[in-house]
Amino acid sequence: MLTVRRFFATLGPGVLWLTAFLVLPAAVMLTYSVLTRTDLAQVGAPWTLESWQRVFGYDALFQEWTGDNLRVLWRSVWVAALTSGLCALLGYPLAFFIARQDERRRNLLLLLLIIPFWTNFLIRVYAWILILRPFDLVPSLSATMLGMVYAFVPFFVLPAYASVEKIDWRLHEAAQDLGAPPARAFLSAVFPQTLPGLVAGVLLTFIPALGTFVVSDLLGGARAALVGNLIQNQFGQAGDWPYGSALSFLLMGVVLLGLWAYARAAGHKGLEELG
Amino acid sequence: MTGRTHPLLGAWAALVYLFLYLPIVVLIVFSFNDSRFGATWAGFTTRWYAVLFARADVREALTHTLNVAVVSTLISTVLGTLVGLGLWRYTIHLRAALTGLLVLPIVIPDVVMGVSLLMFYAFVRAGLERAGWTFDNGFWTVLLAHVTFQISYVALTVRSRLAGYGPELEEAARDLGASGWQSFSKVILPLAMPGVLAGALLAFTLSLDDFVVTYFTSGSGFRTLPVLIYTNVKRGVTPDINALSALLVLVTVVAVIAANALLRPRRAP
Repeated sequence: MLTVRRFFATLGPGVLWLTAFLVLPAAVMLTYSVLTRTDLAQVGAPWTLESWQRVFGYDALFQEWTGDNLRVLWRSVWVAALTSGLCALLGYPLAFFIARQDERRRNLLLLLLIIPFWTNFLIRVYAWILILRPFDLVPSLSATMLGMVYAFVPFFVLPAYASVEKIDWRLHEAAQDLGAPPARAFLSAVFPQTLPGLVAGVLLTFIPALGTFVVSDLLGGARAALVGNLIQNQFGQAGDWPYGSALSFLLMGVVLLGLWAYARAAGHKGLEELG
Repeated sequence: MTGRTHPLLGAWAALVYLFLYLPIVVLIVFSFNDSRFGATWAGFTTRWYAVLFARADVREALTHTLNVAVVSTLISTVLGTLVGLGLWRYTIHLRAALTGLLVLPIVIPDVVMGVSLLMFYAFVRAGLERAGWTFDNGFWTVLLAHVTFQISYVALTVRSRLAGYGPELEEAARDLGASGWQSFSKVILPLAMPGVLAGALLAFTLSLDDFVVTYFTSGSGFRTLPVLIYTNVKRGVTPDINALSALLVLVTVVAVIAANALLRPRRAP
């Protein structure tokens, strides 16, 4: 009995809260996605799968397939993938550099990394408008890419650093002693040890990059619209909640599927470490 | 391991740091630029700061931001700490499901969380209107939304702080005659405290910084600083927003250095 009471005293309020403001809203969203838009930002009967058809490119009104949304979805995926790739390219060597400094310099370098990380996201994106505008680069897809990499690179470096810091360099020495050339010694004795951090870093940059609308909104313009902008627009100007709901569910589904795959590969521990 | 690094690695690191700080430096420099259209340097001025301090909407947004951050941090710290303790102690077979529920607010995109709450509030409002009640989106809707994403961060921070301790800790306290409440307040809570404080700090910062969820849940009459910056930037760059941004960067730098100084001596227990 005591444990039941304690269960409700400790987990109860939090679980209740998350059910009320996370699970129920998701249920409302799912319901709205199969209703019809009756007026601006209004939904009602009849029940329909039209919004879901539109998400996958079929326009029920004109009864034809249109590539527009699929293009936006596809663009979102490759922009997010390119963002995490570039973040990895910038951040992976940096993690090694930081890890090999003495303690004082290491702490300073980490501090210098955390300051932009903690600086308001919107301000960091906005600053690029100041820099790029004189070169007539705003709005453009390249400005969006630049802003994305800038915004998310600390998300990569911090987990990458955490795994680089733990490297057992004796394995590297052993590989060298056994005659492995530098590249081979790195690839077989160092790289595998950093893999968990690398994967975590890629996920932690890919997921927010896939969902963001702020960067592309401020730096990208209409031709660089991503799925986040598409969703935002349904809840702003377009006022099409059913379609916005379906898009949101798709985005959430893709993210959760990716995490599920990661958790399967890394075990439960991996998922918990992400949080 | 410390040691010499290849000069190319050092050059690479310098470039990345340059990349990270270039926009921040440009922002601060331009906040002192005596030109309305900011692209070229027209001399040093502090007038944008004067313009900024004279703006009533900025002061109002600052008040809104701090109110939401303080209240939501208090609520989420209590709820999150309890969840963290519960996860640590009582629910082996529920752990996977609960961890999933807690990780959700962290991993789902902000925009999804924002729009689902927007629709949820509209749904609840429609229901209440039939009963003759109504409410506008504003302080309360934003507050509830912030607590929702903060709980997870606090709970996971508290749980990871306690991860090294087992149930024998509490059993020992009980064996020595402590009541359930005493063993909680005198043994477990003090041990969890650094995690609670770190979680609260994280929750506070997340609330201050949040734009997306606030944007969708705040309605038109209630703006926080990030929302104000967004609407101003969308209308066109104005130099007083540079000044506001520069000030927020300064606050961040001070906060990060302070947090670092506070946490460092405790790092090696």
